[in-house]
Amino acid sequence: MMNQSQRPANWAQLTPEQKRAWRFQNWADSVQHIQFVSPAARQHYQAQIERLSAVYQVREPDRVPVIISTGNLPYSEAGLDYKTAIHEPEQAVQACLKFSEKHTSDLDTFASSMVFPATSMENLDYHMYIWPGNGLADSATGFQFVEGEYMLANEYDALLRDPTDFWMRTYLPRVYGAFKPMQQVSPLTDIFEIVKADMLFLANPDVQAMLQKLLDSGKLLKRYMQANIELRDQLLANGYAAAPMAGFAKAPFDTVGDTLRGTKGIMRDIYRQPDKLLKAVDLLADITINNVLSSPGACDGQTVTYPLHKGADGWMSQKQFETFYWPSLKKTMEAFIQEGLIITLFAEGSYNTRLDYVDQFPKGTVVWWFDQSDMAKAKKTLGDHCCIQGNVPSSLVMTAAPAATREYCRQLIEACAPGGGFILGQGCQAEFPKIENLQAMVDAAREFGVYRK
Amino acid sequence: MPMDLVNCLADLKEDEALSITKNRLEAHEDPNAILADARKGMSIVGERFAKAEYFIPDLIFSGEILKEVTDLVKPHLTAAAPPKRIGKVVLGTVAGDIHDIGLNIVDFMLDSNGFEVYNLGVDVPAQKFVDKIRETQTPVVALSGFLTLAFDSMKDTVKAIESAGLRKDVKIMIGGGQIDDQVKNYTGADAFGKDAVEAVTLAKKWSGG
Repeated sequence: MMNQSQRPANWAQLTPEQKRAWRFQNWADSVQHIQFVSPAARQHYQAQIERLSAVYQVREPDRVPVIISTGNLPYSEAGLDYKTAIHEPEQAVQACLKFSEKHTSDLDTFASSMVFPATSMENLDYHMYIWPGNGLADSATGFQFVEGEYMLANEYDALLRDPTDFWMRTYLPRVYGAFKPMQQVSPLTDIFEIVKADMLFLANPDVQAMLQKLLDSGKLLKRYMQANIELRDQLLANGYAAAPMAGFAKAPFDTVGDTLRGTKGIMRDIYRQPDKLLKAVDLLADITINNVLSSPGACDGQTVTYPLHKGADGWMSQKQFETFYWPSLKKTMEAFIQEGLIITLFAEGSYNTRLDYVDQFPKGTVVWWFDQSDMAKAKKTLGDHCCIQGNVPSSLVMTAAPAATREYCRQLIEACAPGGGFILGQGCQAEFPKIENLQAMVDAAREFGVYRK
Repeated sequence: MPMDLVNCLADLKEDEALSITKNRLEAHEDPNAILADARKGMSIVGERFAKAEYFIPDLIFSGEILKEVTDLVKPHLTAAAPPKRIGKVVLGTVAGDIHDIGLNIVDFMLDSNGFEVYNLGVDVPAQKFVDKIRETQTPVVALSGFLTLAFDSMKDTVKAIESAGLRKDVKIMIGGGQIDDQVKNYTGADAFGKDAVEAVTLAKKWSGG
């Protein structure tokens, strides 16, 4: 395990800066707890931590760090198709480890995503994603999101009155077939004293079948968890270093818009029931804060990562952004910053029209990971107090010659590296990047991104 | 003076637009004239979107109001007058990709600018594009895609159009999430558009407008 420190007893009295400093120190100390495969792996790990720690704090490291998304490349290099990879996690892990052993030194880092737990999700009859073997062709190379109105327009009051009850008896049964019997169950707050009646739902055969299914799904999930833990530990041993995630969060507006009401639903709600929508995003901000801060990683993790969706350029007017999107997002960010966490915002699409407005946080607390934004403008607007990450286009890493990728990176480094606080990375996840282009990215950082020898 | 249907729709005033529609129907106005006004309102919505005064919420809501107006008018319609069209476009999200938000915005903008749009939906196999182009003799094709897997699907679709002997008869535009000039060259399309407004510009150019 990587982080073993206990928080200081006076944690609650520390300032956000002190909490942040403690987390950085904890990360730096992690080098002592890992059994590295070689001295070179240890050195690689340490160098990468120092580099990332410096840029997160908007200082100059020894050179520009690179964060790579490998997509399905580890699977395809091992001759593993995506469908097999997500159904046979041990094979997926072996493929990733082989890839890591081969490429860690020439790729700087190796971002491995968790293996998608397909068999468990199939058992739960999950409706929000489709994947090969479940709604997509066997040859499909990823999973896809199925947008829907999983919460109806007239259900805001139910959500606001008792979100947990809404989740358990209305939302989950729509999203997971396995939870459908919950629609027959009374609110669990009905359980208070009268023993004969209170627990009757447990005698319902559908509920019993549901509970059995949940148990089975948990067993299936365990296999994935073990595989993913093995992968993480082995990658650490190989010298792979990424900031420990304290959690994953979504902007409350995206939670409502992506997974509850759907795009059309939420856009209509802006007009038809704006007050309820605003109450809902504020409620979801509190839920998001609680979810992240009560998760195990929050204790000694470093970053909270958000994928931002519906607030990007073109999605809504600035006024709509300032009214519906931003306040609840900011509320969550401030709560995490208060705990000494660093926020990584993956701004998919572009954020050019928002850059001035979102500049509202202390130095060294927010990393902006840009996809198609104007990087020079972003650097100018946010660069002296925010770390900036990005934005090599997936079109380049998938289809261009390495020379073109290298030239793009050179220009990017020229625009964004001065003063530190820059991570060279892709704009968005590419399913099948060319390995030569990933190498070209790292080579460019090594050649053009050196601050000091 | 009470607001007229054109402006109510353009200003996204749902209640007013519906009550005006009801009043006009009760006064036995020509249902086609009511629909024509609604379409005029939608064109203004499209213009405002093109000028970045309106965004996705506004577009979606205008579509809602139009649907409600149309539902009210429909029972009174004996023969619908087809709206005047300036061109045709075959549109769809390419095979393997099920994203439809961008697709529907492009559909909306083309439609409100006077194009007949054959929207084939999402996850459209290359052959389906070929069949539709052939069936409708449409000279403009618009391929949408959000995921990076769309690069190859678009390339395959362009190739299928070529193999069917139709490439010289059509102009092909691509757009969506990660699409750029690099992908345009990779797929062999004629142009890429970064948003729905550019899709309209391209369609007009290619339709001789």
